[in-house]
Amino acid sequence: MSNDALPPLLILLSSLLPGLIIFFLPEKSVRLRTALNLCGALFKVAVVIVVLQGVYAGLEYSASVPFLPGNDLVLRIDSLALLFVTLSAGLWLVMTVYAVSYLEDSPNRSRFFGFYSLCVSATVGIAMAGDLLTLFVFYELLTIATYPLVVHNGTPEARRAGTVYLAFTIGGGVLLLAGTVWVQTLAVSTNFLEVAGVLEGLGQEHETALRLIFALMVGGFGVKAAVVPLHQWLPRAMVAPAPVSALLHAVAVVKAGAFGIIRVVYDVYGVELSHALGLSDALAVLATATILYGSFQALRQDDLKLRLAYSTVSQVSYILLGIALYSPLASIGGLSHLVHQGLMKITLFLCAGNLGQTLGIHKVSEMNGAGARMPWTMAAFSVAALGMIGLPPFAGFISKWYLGSGAVQSGAGWALVVLLISSLLNAAYFLPILSRVWFRKQTGPWPEEKSFGRFETKAGLLFPPVTTAIATVAVGLFAGTPVSPLSWIRDVVAVEYRL
Amino acid sequence: MSTPAFAAALVPALVWIPLSLGALSFVLGRAASPWLVLPGLLATAGVVPALLPLAAPGGIAAYHLGGWMPPLGIAWRLDGLSAIMLAITAIVSAGVGIFASSMMNRMDRQSEWFWPLLLLLIAGLNALFLTRDLFNAYVTLEIVSLAAVALVTITGTSAPIVAGMRYLLAALAGSLSYLLAVALLYARYGTLDFDLLATVMQDDPIGMLALALATAGLFIKSALFPLHVWLPPAHGSAPAPVSAMLSALVVKAGFYLLLRLWFEVFAALDSLAAARVLIGLCGAGAVVWGSMLALCQQRLKPLLAYSTVAQLGYLLLLFPLAEVVSAWQGTLILVCAHGTAKAAMFLAAGIILRAYGHDRIIAIGGAARGVPLTTFALGLAGVSLIGLPPSGGFAAKWLLLVAAFESGRWWWSFVPLGGGLLAAGYVFIILARAFEAPSADTGDFAQVPRVAELAALALALVSFMLGFAGNAVAIGLDSAIAEMTRS
Repeated sequence: MSNDALPPLLILLSSLLPGLIIFFLPEKSVRLRTALNLCGALFKVAVVIVVLQGVYAGLEYSASVPFLPGNDLVLRIDSLALLFVTLSAGLWLVMTVYAVSYLEDSPNRSRFFGFYSLCVSATVGIAMAGDLLTLFVFYELLTIATYPLVVHNGTPEARRAGTVYLAFTIGGGVLLLAGTVWVQTLAVSTNFLEVAGVLEGLGQEHETALRLIFALMVGGFGVKAAVVPLHQWLPRAMVAPAPVSALLHAVAVVKAGAFGIIRVVYDVYGVELSHALGLSDALAVLATATILYGSFQALRQDDLKLRLAYSTVSQVSYILLGIALYSPLASIGGLSHLVHQGLMKITLFLCAGNLGQTLGIHKVSEMNGAGARMPWTMAAFSVAALGMIGLPPFAGFISKWYLGSGAVQSGAGWALVVLLISSLLNAAYFLPILSRVWFRKQTGPWPEEKSFGRFETKAGLLFPPVTTAIATVAVGLFAGTPVSPLSWIRDVVAVEYRL
Repeated sequence: MSTPAFAAALVPALVWIPLSLGALSFVLGRAASPWLVLPGLLATAGVVPALLPLAAPGGIAAYHLGGWMPPLGIAWRLDGLSAIMLAITAIVSAGVGIFASSMMNRMDRQSEWFWPLLLLLIAGLNALFLTRDLFNAYVTLEIVSLAAVALVTITGTSAPIVAGMRYLLAALAGSLSYLLAVALLYARYGTLDFDLLATVMQDDPIGMLALALATAGLFIKSALFPLHVWLPPAHGSAPAPVSAMLSALVVKAGFYLLLRLWFEVFAALDSLAAARVLIGLCGAGAVVWGSMLALCQQRLKPLLAYSTVAQLGYLLLLFPLAEVVSAWQGTLILVCAHGTAKAAMFLAAGIILRAYGHDRIIAIGGAARGVPLTTFALGLAGVSLIGLPPSGGFAAKWLLLVAAFESGRWWWSFVPLGGGLLAAGYVFIILARAFEAPSADTGDFAQVPRVAELAALALALVSFMLGFAGNAVAIGLDSAIAEMTRS
């Protein structure tokens, strides 16, 4: 096996192997389990850093594993894959630290962390998938691996949420499977990293088929990307523990859906073909509806996690809007939101988890004066919330700026209006929280207060959101430097648009 | 003696070893089992890898019983299709044997009869997968059916005996129908050898009638929709290891013979295209009907039994898609993946039955904590049953879908696609409960032998990993398919 094949496999196995071992560890071997988790996460980050340098220097990495007759599993790292891999590897490290503290003394932790690791393995698999079959395999693995996490609490409510989750995701999987097989029989190769736009160059007579395939695939990926009306599983899945919510919303699941759609538009169809067939216009309409619907729903929620969930529904469709507008600038905005939304949303969910664990707060109306009790947590929350609204200099501003410029560039003035309305709505559901937290007095005792020594909460719960909040500021402030995600994304987009 | 010749000499051992051990364990009674039987079972399983090289293209091994050539004598032959069936029989029966030996160690009435019958069943199956003679196939099919019926009723309680009697009557009706076909052919052509018949077969009403009779008989024996009604009570009430053998292997025996008949013996009949579509439609009906009834079950074992009815439906999709190679690959992978997955799930059901004293689905909450390995086995096997990647079930379904699209008859793709959704429904009815916190009505927990749990888990793992065996199956099938798709 050549050296080039090793890094993709290492990135995959660094979470897969620990996960498989963890399943069989006894419940009480906490230290070994934590060590395995952290070593896996650190190792993955280390490999990713090496690969980043390699890809920057022009190296290519690919590996294939024999699978079906005529179809190998192909892992390949291109710059788009690397963007997603870096995001999930980095956030997984943060999440592992957080989850270990969050779940201290709760039952079934071996099972939890086993599936947790499988989830991340599936996510990096999706990122590195070199053809449609491989993408499908890991996409479905992600479904299997997240189900036990959604139902982790074992309550009837969790079971119902899990059933809804499965009904949507398995249904989406079937659509995607049909689309994948169809592409396989039409196209010469489904290896979309070797042949960009594998469906380009098919004759006119296939137009209907191409439209149907696009609908099947967007339907399949749209379930996880929580596109209206396929989003209904997401708010229900809020019964799961906070680390799972963060995983669903920022690191793995919704991102996998959005990433899948990116691959379909850019690499299966190609920008030109999806524009020419009017497919990207349809996607833009879908994204717009989702952005507005999610924001309006978020306004109505008093439950903090639910409000964040609807905010995710809306924010993920920014990514889709960005790639649907026929403009390089909008694409930069959409892709950078893949990273930026991840950083901001993980911060928000981790902070929400801290409020629940430390003060027993689950509702917006209970948050009065929380800033005085938990200044660090709430500061991190505020940074992320302001970023979501799109204020400079935070990460969200960069995304919205490029999205807006892209809307102008492609002559889609209506998109600018959508962005404006959505930003106003963002402000309308985030600013009241901030004003309660910082400017109102505590109205009564906290629902269920626990105190944890030196800091305002457990150190393992506090550092992760603070870290991601700092990252939110940093990627915004230093967006112009060559090491920022933004400059990486510019290169990706230049390739996709063949600039 | 060169290696292939030595391996060819081993072929009949697949039948003689289980047959003689079965007789021996019957004579020796309680003293013998399972310590005599289990090594024999594993030895039979051990013969199979030695035979696999023969299944590669060009490596077909023929064996003539008593040295008599057809049409006077009976020929046995090992090709890729046989080798796959023999391999899966060996794997499943080894798993079931290990499970049964650990669960039945209390020298009871059951174990006295269980081992001779199990070995007879395996001998019958192996002989059926080797034979090239229609009447010999009938005899082996009878051995299999009678051993299976006896195994169903082995506990001597009322529900299995009623189910077993029904099974017996159905099996006899099936045999009669098949035997009529054999008689018709013998009267007309004077031979029953597969290859000789194939060369002289005329496309005339007698041939059609014979094929129809044989097909109807085998539909009954394999519980293929709509002639499946005997299966759910029999598989649902038999002891766990018996249900595992029945669902994994016995129903596949009839299907195997159907393939031999349709694509070898009767391949010359041109007017079969419509009939093939009809069989495909029966398959679609099986998937829908079996899955719907599986969704309605309150207990684990009946659910699994109806799931077998449904999964057998996918196999029938081969008939309308047979000219595409990937349909053959998918079907044979499905035979193996379903066999191992369903065996694992029935064994898991047996473990849960032992641990909690019941198998009511609604009350198995917390099984994940009581018997975690078994729950894991249920999960892995369930994933393969649904056909989620990268399991064997997925590989099979993918290849069937490719076949449907490549042949241009894409409408057949609705069967595996929709069937997957339904299967997800009934598999997660079980798994969702297993993740629940234990409830008050779960019942007391009894210890289960670890070996039994591991046997179930091993079978589930095989089914899951079969997804990566697609290339091996493809190579093994090459010669057999080349012969069968030639028509």
